[in-house]
Amino acid sequence: MSILDSKIPEGPLADKWTNHKNKIDLVNPANKRNIDVIVVGTGLAGGSAAATLAELGYNVKTFCYQDSPRRAHSIAAQGGINAAKNYQGDGDSNYRLFYDTVKGGDYRSREANVYRLAEVSGNIIDQCVAQGVPFAREYGGLLDNRSFGGVLVSRTFYAKGQTGQQLLLGAYSAMNRQINRGKIKPYNRHEMLDIVKVDGKARGIIARDLVTGAIERHSAHAVVLATGGYGNVFFLSTNAMGSNVTAAWRAHRRGAYFANPCYTQIHPTCIPVSGDHQSKLTLMSESLRNDGRIWVPKKLEDAQAIREGKKKPTELSEEERDYYLERRYPAFGNLVPRDVASRAAKERCDAGFGVNKTGEAVYLDFAAAIQRYGKETALTEHISNPSEEEIKKLGAAVIENKYGNLFQMYQKIVDENPYETPMMIYPAVHYTMGGLWVDYNLQTTIEGCYAAGEANFSDHGANRLGASALMQGLADGYFVLPYTIGDYLSNDIRTGEISTETPEFDQAEKEVTERIQKLMGGAGNHSVDYYHKKLGKIMWNKCGMSRNAQGLSEAIDEIAALRKDFWENVKIPGTINSMNPELEKAGRVADFLELGELFAKDALDRNESCGGHFREESVEQSGEQKGEALRDDENFKYVSAWEYKGEPKDAQLHKEELIFKNIELKTRSYK
Amino acid sequence: MKLTLKIWRQENASAKGSMQTYPIDGVEGDMSFLEMLDVLNENLINKGDDPVVFDHDCREGICGACSLQINGEPHGPDRLITTCQLHMRMFNDGDTIVIEPFRAKAFPVVKDLMVDRSSFDRIQQAGGYVSVNTSGNTIDANAIPINKHDADTSFEAAACIGCGACVAACKNASAMLFTSAKVSQFALLPQGQVEAATRVLNMVEQMDKEGFGNCTNTGACEVECPKGISLENIARMNREYLSASIKG
Repeated sequence: MSILDSKIPEGPLADKWTNHKNKIDLVNPANKRNIDVIVVGTGLAGGSAAATLAELGYNVKTFCYQDSPRRAHSIAAQGGINAAKNYQGDGDSNYRLFYDTVKGGDYRSREANVYRLAEVSGNIIDQCVAQGVPFAREYGGLLDNRSFGGVLVSRTFYAKGQTGQQLLLGAYSAMNRQINRGKIKPYNRHEMLDIVKVDGKARGIIARDLVTGAIERHSAHAVVLATGGYGNVFFLSTNAMGSNVTAAWRAHRRGAYFANPCYTQIHPTCIPVSGDHQSKLTLMSESLRNDGRIWVPKKLEDAQAIREGKKKPTELSEEERDYYLERRYPAFGNLVPRDVASRAAKERCDAGFGVNKTGEAVYLDFAAAIQRYGKETALTEHISNPSEEEIKKLGAAVIENKYGNLFQMYQKIVDENPYETPMMIYPAVHYTMGGLWVDYNLQTTIEGCYAAGEANFSDHGANRLGASALMQGLADGYFVLPYTIGDYLSNDIRTGEISTETPEFDQAEKEVTERIQKLMGGAGNHSVDYYHKKLGKIMWNKCGMSRNAQGLSEAIDEIAALRKDFWENVKIPGTINSMNPELEKAGRVADFLELGELFAKDALDRNESCGGHFREESVEQSGEQKGEALRDDENFKYVSAWEYKGEPKDAQLHKEELIFKNIELKTRSYK
Repeated sequence: MKLTLKIWRQENASAKGSMQTYPIDGVEGDMSFLEMLDVLNENLINKGDDPVVFDHDCREGICGACSLQINGEPHGPDRLITTCQLHMRMFNDGDTIVIEPFRAKAFPVVKDLMVDRSSFDRIQQAGGYVSVNTSGNTIDANAIPINKHDADTSFEAAACIGCGACVAACKNASAMLFTSAKVSQFALLPQGQVEAATRVLNMVEQMDKEGFGNCTNTGACEVECPKGISLENIARMNREYLSASIKG
């Protein structure tokens, strides 16, 4: 029997959350005034949790490393937010949203959590509209919906290509209301460096004021970590430069189990790396694959000529092109799920067919769509015998209307006109489904320490569907945590203020200070980025889209060796007691160097291909699916929760078996 | 390409700052402006010098963190982009580039090119919200239809990223464009009507308290705004303010 208790309530799936809420202990309003909660991270999950907890009456302190809560990386989410409103009358329901999410996650998520997510999704939209979030609307004045990958209904609400921004500003405005009331005290430009436990319970944090360098103690009755994902362990990702795993990793070292660290989503349509100077990657929305055709040259010599600039893609005839997704997956073509599209691009580039100077790019071509739309428009506008030129112009206008802002962004970055020549794209790390293990109440294995949003392992299984991250962040923050944390805090009404003048705080602060001093004491000559880039290369080459046992074993050793080198030789200029961005980065990279090793260990353990995680040893051997990912439900239908035991490679595995009572496990086929 | 950078260096808020000159070589057109600064910083670290501090985070033009005054223009010579979206192909071999922080009394320098924009947060805290509880027990999202044009105009105002380029561009360091964008977002929606009068009065009062200058309608803010926030928002805020004052 596992020591992990997921605390899933009894009863039928659809009644679990309601039943659970009815049994939860409440804290009366007068007592809430005597209870403090720390929220680390102010993105969708943290911002919404902080606002709601403060509104309920708790005293909230928020922490973010940015200069304002409004800059959390939720702001960069483009596409939309799912909700089972069924406004389109196209057959959507809570069950269907639940079903799509579990299936999309390749059957590696927890049924009860996902159902709850679907259940509260509608309320999120009501809430955001009430807050004044300007969603896209139809001419009749009602909310508009669009469709996203992996589903058969239109349930995605959006605000142009800036849905994350608008939702985050909504949560930020709710926070501002509570800041104005004095119920939230914001600590911006502060970074959490450790969690403090008293009698086994999370009772505070140690944070560094990034402007002065001062180390501070903050106490509370509960601590919420809403600190996002760890995609930056790959160095290059679509994450913000500052996105990091430190808060989650510090909690892990203090006893919070880390779940499914190897589950990473690699998004197929990003702008390719242009050179060694590259600091981050930019996503191009998934929606482009509705109209773009993906291809590489059929002949190696053509690919080489293109790389050397001797040939242009537009010079290749149809016969000389390999539309490899349409060839391999005739049923879904260019619209296969993210994981499949990403692996196929890598396969072609590894075989030498890449089309940019680094050899790591494929084409996303809109020429056929421009032709098709051009002819269509000519017909509907009754233009007889349109010239080629006219057709192109009409077609380009349709494309501009649909994707104009993306095309403009591409042109700014790459300096090529995607209406004239195909876009170049390549997969990039985008989202991490793994994170701190939490029970149904979102509590980690440290009592009183909760994790919300991308920081927990939660609801997406081995692969996240588009427009589901925003939904989960706000569901956790607005509608789940405020209930479940109250249940826990009801035991604290007589505790009184937690003192920071205790041996536990002394010890935690001492360890944080010593660690910073040790970091500053590096004797060598390499910058933090030097190590971060090296780590990223190991992760990308050996723990990326396609993994095998040998590569993963090598990665574990290489990361451990790199970590040792880092601690001995990293060079950090400046001082401890002042603003020092290099020191900030160093602390984060030090934690990535531990997480990366656990990541590889987890991937090694999971000898199956599921979701974005492709294990070369686990492929279909025969039949129509030959060569495709082979999930192994018999042996791997569990959540891997790792307990810290010193070195990352010594971490102990605890398994939470996943039980599916409401959904049938099937093979995903896109042929 | 080879460039000469003239960069504002300032140890902390109370220290005296000055311009320093740094030659840099090997800059490629495909680099973003911030990646060029990454290269400079890597060189400085390798030499044992302090790297240049600047704000940045998402590096895709949406978080609003980056805030450089480049050759006298907020976010540099290109239009409708943030500093992180500016690419070095906009410059020529041999150029001298002057890099300063956003200058305004209400944006004190933290260090080097990093400024303190918490005054913007305080303007929002004074009224940039609708006072509804986040409990989820509200009316259905489609209960109140909203004219599409109003919703779209509201969105365009709400697209502000709070970077402060409007303030840095303004000869008076006025925050009217920033404040009016939030006032407009709510003024255009039925959800914002209930508190419209107190909102505009409180936000403007806070804006003045923070030490931002007055608006003299020169329009530099609109030109330099990376998100194309329109001057119409300022006109709308003035109308809102007037009508709120009369009611008051």
